[in-house]
Amino acid sequence: MTGPVLYLDGVSVIFDGFRALNNLSLVVDAGELRAVIGPNGAGKTTMMDVITGKTRPTAGTVRFGDHDLTRMDEARIANLGIGRKFQKPTVFDALTVFENLELALKAPRDPLSCLRWQLAGTARKRIEGVMEEIGLAARAGDPAAILSHGQRQWLEIGMLLMQDPDLLLVDEPVAGMTDQETEHTAALLRRIAGRRSVVVVEHDLEFVRALGSKVTVLHEGTLLSEGSIDTVQNDPRVIEVYLGR
Amino acid sequence: MSDLAIAPAPRGIPARMLVRGTIIGAIGLLSLLPILNQLPEGNVLRISDFTIAVTGKWICYAVLALAIDLAWGYAGILSLGHGAFFALGGYAMGMHLMRLIGPRGVYGHPVLPDFMVFLGYRELPWYWLGFDHFSYAVLMAMLVPGALAFLVGWLSFRSRITGVYFSIITQAMTYALMLAFFRNDMGFGGNNGFTDFKELLGLPLNTQGARAGLFYAALALLAGSLLLCRHIVGTKLGRVLVAVRDAESRVRFLGYSVTAFKLFVFTLSAVLAGLAGALYVPLVGIINPGEFAPGNSIEAVIWVAVGGRGTLVGAIIGAFSVNAVKTWLTSFAPDLWLFVLGGLFVAVTLFLPRGLVGLFQGRTK
Repeated sequence: MTGPVLYLDGVSVIFDGFRALNNLSLVVDAGELRAVIGPNGAGKTTMMDVITGKTRPTAGTVRFGDHDLTRMDEARIANLGIGRKFQKPTVFDALTVFENLELALKAPRDPLSCLRWQLAGTARKRIEGVMEEIGLAARAGDPAAILSHGQRQWLEIGMLLMQDPDLLLVDEPVAGMTDQETEHTAALLRRIAGRRSVVVVEHDLEFVRALGSKVTVLHEGTLLSEGSIDTVQNDPRVIEVYLGR
Repeated sequence: MSDLAIAPAPRGIPARMLVRGTIIGAIGLLSLLPILNQLPEGNVLRISDFTIAVTGKWICYAVLALAIDLAWGYAGILSLGHGAFFALGGYAMGMHLMRLIGPRGVYGHPVLPDFMVFLGYRELPWYWLGFDHFSYAVLMAMLVPGALAFLVGWLSFRSRITGVYFSIITQAMTYALMLAFFRNDMGFGGNNGFTDFKELLGLPLNTQGARAGLFYAALALLAGSLLLCRHIVGTKLGRVLVAVRDAESRVRFLGYSVTAFKLFVFTLSAVLAGLAGALYVPLVGIINPGEFAPGNSIEAVIWVAVGGRGTLVGAIIGAFSVNAVKTWLTSFAPDLWLFVLGGLFVAVTLFLPRGLVGLFQGRTK
């Protein structure tokens, strides 16, 4: 893909007169790791909703490569190659770790193909590989319901790896994690990036610093500042609305 | 390490074998009943005609329960209108049985069923054409419920109507159908429905042989439906359904069209319910709009809840056990039945959320 992977221009979302996003523009390049920060209500999650088709923008352009995302539903956008990790880890509790990953594996998604689906050796290898990567190989046969909070987060990241997306949106991946789990997660995300574009929404500034990526600061639904973590931390506007509190 | 970790279900194997053994054993036992029915009167092992008829009816109910469990227990689609699909299948078979009466009706008309003569019909309405063929009637018993489920499902799932809202729509659907079928000008016999059937596939219905044949057909349908459902839930499609049940929006973000999966399972479930109804009608000898009563659909959901939803076998156990209690209780205290049914539902929800099957699973784990 040439040019930016993700291109948002002049995007506004208005709920009952409230501007959740206000003329937001954002460009993410191929292979880029980008952190998005901002106070509560800044529009971070709404931005992800717009990109993944959960919310329709009131105005503006949302493009993924050559595709206009504003007219597609969630499933189509996912199949184009955009993966999303939610703030609250959502894995399928009744299914095992292995089965969770198998569902996420890139394969035909229609009911009849799923009815005929046979797990081939290469697919099994890929699932095993991801299980090693997220450190859950020993838990393959356990239902996701009995995993710890951190393990569920990793399983969800693993499911995104199985989807093999070109763009990965990650919402607060380290919320509620121990320091050790946070470190492991940062390492995991750095490894994923480089191969693909990753957008991480996060509150934890230490974690953002550990990612070492370009940072975008949102405030009241619009772009406030952009640059390295040191640049934005020293930006007086950012200090005023966010860091200064 | 990964070798050990891969096989996702080693813990399930002995339980699976146990379930399989129990199913085969139960079907074997049930298939003995019509043979014991042939024994001469007075033999201690003889099974009465009544028992055959009642058990045959329960087997049809079990297929209905299975169909509900496939949609509710696996995909989380709680239909409170499955009785309508069952009744539509029943009406399709009933139309065939009416056509087979021929000139043997009270009015002796060569083509028109009695109620049509009585209501002054000159000729057979167009939608009755073809029902003189058995295979056409069976096809319609699957196609009509399937098409209705597809339509209602498509309109609802596409608009993301889920949970209790969908349940209410299905309840309204069965209620509306009941009102429609009560009308004389619908051409389905109105209030009285269809009865006085004479024969099916050349066999007079009121014989031991016909009863045994219908009983075995119902048993075969139950066994076939169970095999089909067990196969489906064991595939990746079954796992997607479970995923839809537990976290619908997450499934969408994985790139699956939730609407397509729900439509598939809901339509298939309605087809199974229709087939069950088609066998039910010759077994009980009557079909009328009462079969569309909203309470019937709710009762069928309670069978599944009592047996244990999301287990398939539980649905069958639930259908048999609740109906056994009903048959026993209504023979001496019919007024109590609805209270017992309601109490049963509350008690199961509070104390046995995994149903009767859950009792057993708790012990094996």
